[in-house]
Amino acid sequence: MQDYFYSLMDYLDGQLQAGEVYLGYFSGEQSEFIRFNRAKVRQPGSVEQRYLELELIEGNRHTIGQLALSGDRAIDEARVTTLLWDLRGQLPHLADDPYLLYAQTVQSSETVATNQLPNAQELLDEIISTVAGCDFVGLYAGGGIFTGFANSLGQRNWHSSFNFNLDWSFYHDQDKAVKSAYAGFQWNSAEFADRITQAKQQLEILKRPARSISPGCYRVYLSPVALHEIFNLLSWGGFGMKSQRTKESPLLRLLKEPKQRLHSSVTLLENTADGIAPAFQNKGFIKPSQVALISQGEFLGALVSPRSAKEYEVVTNGANEEETPTALDLAAGTLASTDILSTLEQGIYINNLWYLNYSDRDACRMTGMTRFATFWVEQGEIVAPLNVMRFDETLYHIFGDKLMALTAAREFIMEASTYDFRSTNSIRLPGAVVDDFTLTL
Amino acid sequence: MQAIKQRFQQIIPKVDFCSLRYVEKRSEILSVRQNIAEPPLRRDDVGVMITVIDQGGLGYAATSNLSQTGLREAVTQACDWAHRSRGRMVVDFTNFTMPHSRGDYATVVSKPWESLGLGEKLDLLYQEAANCQIHQTIVDWKTMLWSVQTEQWYFTNEGGEIHQTTQYLVPNIRVVANAGADTQYRTLGGHGYGRQGGLEVLEQIGFYGKGRQLAEEALQLLEAPNCPMGCMALLLAPDQMILQLHESIGHPLELDRILGDERNYAGTSFVTPEMFGNYQYGSELLNVTYDPSVAGELANYQFDDEGMPAQKVYLIREGMLLTPLGGLMSQARAGLPGVANARAASWNRPPIDRMANLNIEPGNSSWQAQLSAIETGIFMQSNSSWSIDDSRNKFQFGCEWGQLIKNGELTQVVKNPNYRGISATFWRNLKQVGNQDTFEVLGVTNCGKGEPNQAIQVGHAAPTCVFANVDVFGGAA
Repeated sequence: MQDYFYSLMDYLDGQLQAGEVYLGYFSGEQSEFIRFNRAKVRQPGSVEQRYLELELIEGNRHTIGQLALSGDRAIDEARVTTLLWDLRGQLPHLADDPYLLYAQTVQSSETVATNQLPNAQELLDEIISTVAGCDFVGLYAGGGIFTGFANSLGQRNWHSSFNFNLDWSFYHDQDKAVKSAYAGFQWNSAEFADRITQAKQQLEILKRPARSISPGCYRVYLSPVALHEIFNLLSWGGFGMKSQRTKESPLLRLLKEPKQRLHSSVTLLENTADGIAPAFQNKGFIKPSQVALISQGEFLGALVSPRSAKEYEVVTNGANEEETPTALDLAAGTLASTDILSTLEQGIYINNLWYLNYSDRDACRMTGMTRFATFWVEQGEIVAPLNVMRFDETLYHIFGDKLMALTAAREFIMEASTYDFRSTNSIRLPGAVVDDFTLTL
Repeated sequence: MQAIKQRFQQIIPKVDFCSLRYVEKRSEILSVRQNIAEPPLRRDDVGVMITVIDQGGLGYAATSNLSQTGLREAVTQACDWAHRSRGRMVVDFTNFTMPHSRGDYATVVSKPWESLGLGEKLDLLYQEAANCQIHQTIVDWKTMLWSVQTEQWYFTNEGGEIHQTTQYLVPNIRVVANAGADTQYRTLGGHGYGRQGGLEVLEQIGFYGKGRQLAEEALQLLEAPNCPMGCMALLLAPDQMILQLHESIGHPLELDRILGDERNYAGTSFVTPEMFGNYQYGSELLNVTYDPSVAGELANYQFDDEGMPAQKVYLIREGMLLTPLGGLMSQARAGLPGVANARAASWNRPPIDRMANLNIEPGNSSWQAQLSAIETGIFMQSNSSWSIDDSRNKFQFGCEWGQLIKNGELTQVVKNPNYRGISATFWRNLKQVGNQDTFEVLGVTNCGKGEPNQAIQVGHAAPTCVFANVDVFGGAA
């Protein structure tokens, strides 16, 4: 797809009029999706899609069009030409945009991956045979993901990857289940089998009679996967320059005097170098390897899109338009994995959280549910699965005065989201033991 | 379109069933933030999905390559998947017949999106944005129009042919007020104002002049005390009723959730197949319908994406649970009746059970009668926060606007109003249902579920409603 995209952009170079600049951003994928339920196939299929985002700029006026490409050169040249004419026709109706900013220093780059994924037949055979006899439900999503940038200044960037993400659950009964995932770039049958075995072992504990507890404050362990849900919510306006300047950030109290602070063990980065997403974005800027967001509990920096950079007169760090992170990295703590249960002593071992939202955004107080394998722990031993509970707690407790420890071991999680396209976001997180965690329902 | 139809007819494989679903979607987003126009964004998306069912297997392939070669490759891929999945499907296709329907549908539009030029539409947004800037504590404000026009064709191997064109408009206004570490928001209907139609929707929903009203309300919230905590009567506006309906009736009634398809992602349901026909879901005042025929509602259509004709069905009548939200395949799997709600977000995602239009039928109570019946309670409006467990039972919702009710009258405005409850008991405390005068047509434009994930627009219409004994609370101190 790289040659195809570049040649289409070369064609576009020849269609521009004097004084015009274009920015072209390509996103494509060749995906195989196999949906499972009850260890059988529910919906299997393939999706091949290619999209071009074309931004036309003349002076300080600009407009954007997105187009599905067919992959046929003649058809796509015609579509791009029509789009270009339509965009050109819009420009006279637009005012100058004082916040327009795009990269004007050419920085080309190329990351080309090799496809090492198994073929669909072998994969399906292996999954079906390995999970036989279990109530297995989930999705295999795999294949190539292709991202490109080009502009009329001559910059060309390309990033391709071939990865898979098998996101699944083993169910015991009703809502009692073990959730797991196997994601990567090269399928390893032994590793897959090992993960299945581990999940089956956890499933045995879920077969014990479930316990219900009353609302109240409990000591909890939040696994890296559970913390991922908290960071997904925080990413919704938490780290962007615009939400901070417009006072909409849920982390506002880290910024406004008298400033609050989190626990000194909390250090958070946007770690692009360690992630799997492209390091370039749709205005042509290259992201730095790392952006420090929180250091030892204190706010340090924000993700800054080109538009915010112009509006607030700061330097962009190549953030996307929404200023959402793509590769968060929370520093490890010191708690050994073998000491989690003894530190918890009596409380709740939470593997998964679900459906988080703010109950008081200003106070960064969030609510959500426990889900899948959540266990009641007594005297440092898991004794029973727990029926689902609702929590309502502020981040200033979870990562502040109620944080007891972060684990030394961290988990690298590849985002399984497939809305519109397969996500290339990732996150690296430890687990956390938190005291007096509030459960409400 | 005739060319694609002919290409499809030339490459139909010898299988039990084959369909081509063509989707062409054009959307445009115009926005003005702090009196400055953001760059217009238009999207032109087009592609097809080929679906094959053969000898017990099913497969799909989606492509944006509409040439003979592209369609032929998609047919081959779909056949390959049907072959691979044969004998391994969770759905038994042995006695299963797909419909080969013929028909069409088009949204009624009185003022097309194109009837105003780009500059004129931006002027509307500039004007409303300027109305928002009434005080220095208004720190951000934005006005927006999102137009979506879709043309869809559906052909089958035995002559089925459906043509449907829809248009909808989603206007929005968002105002942010701040003082110190306190930030309050007001939006147009909690983002719930989307309707099929053209620019006439703006007048229907009272868009003009709303900017100033929302800004004034945001300032009032900034001055207001936190919502008190307690168990009290709750009067919900339609723009919160639709979220309550969506999360705690709509999702639990989706048959694919009940059948377990969504257990790894969107979740399961506390509703089981045995409950249909004999479970009292709510009080006798509760009447819930799947209705693809309410003027302007977002998910109006004649056929779903598997070719099933759509018609109004009571899901809950006088509180009794009757019918699930399940399309043809789910109905066959569960042995239950259902509705025409197998829908796909676009050409690149397969159909699954969705809500489509899900409504609460109006009752007999006037707005004044509802208020008068409340001695101590609270009125909440415009959803701002939503969370519910994966069985769709334990919920917690927050609203932008709260106002206390004392002795039948609206009194003190309060900020950060929240309430929580359990679906299985909450609806049984439904005490009053507003009449037609309180009934509003709204919708949700980003309902997410499915693997692979799909976000789709669903329509909701509801009157104001009163619930007794609700656990209400406010923000942190």
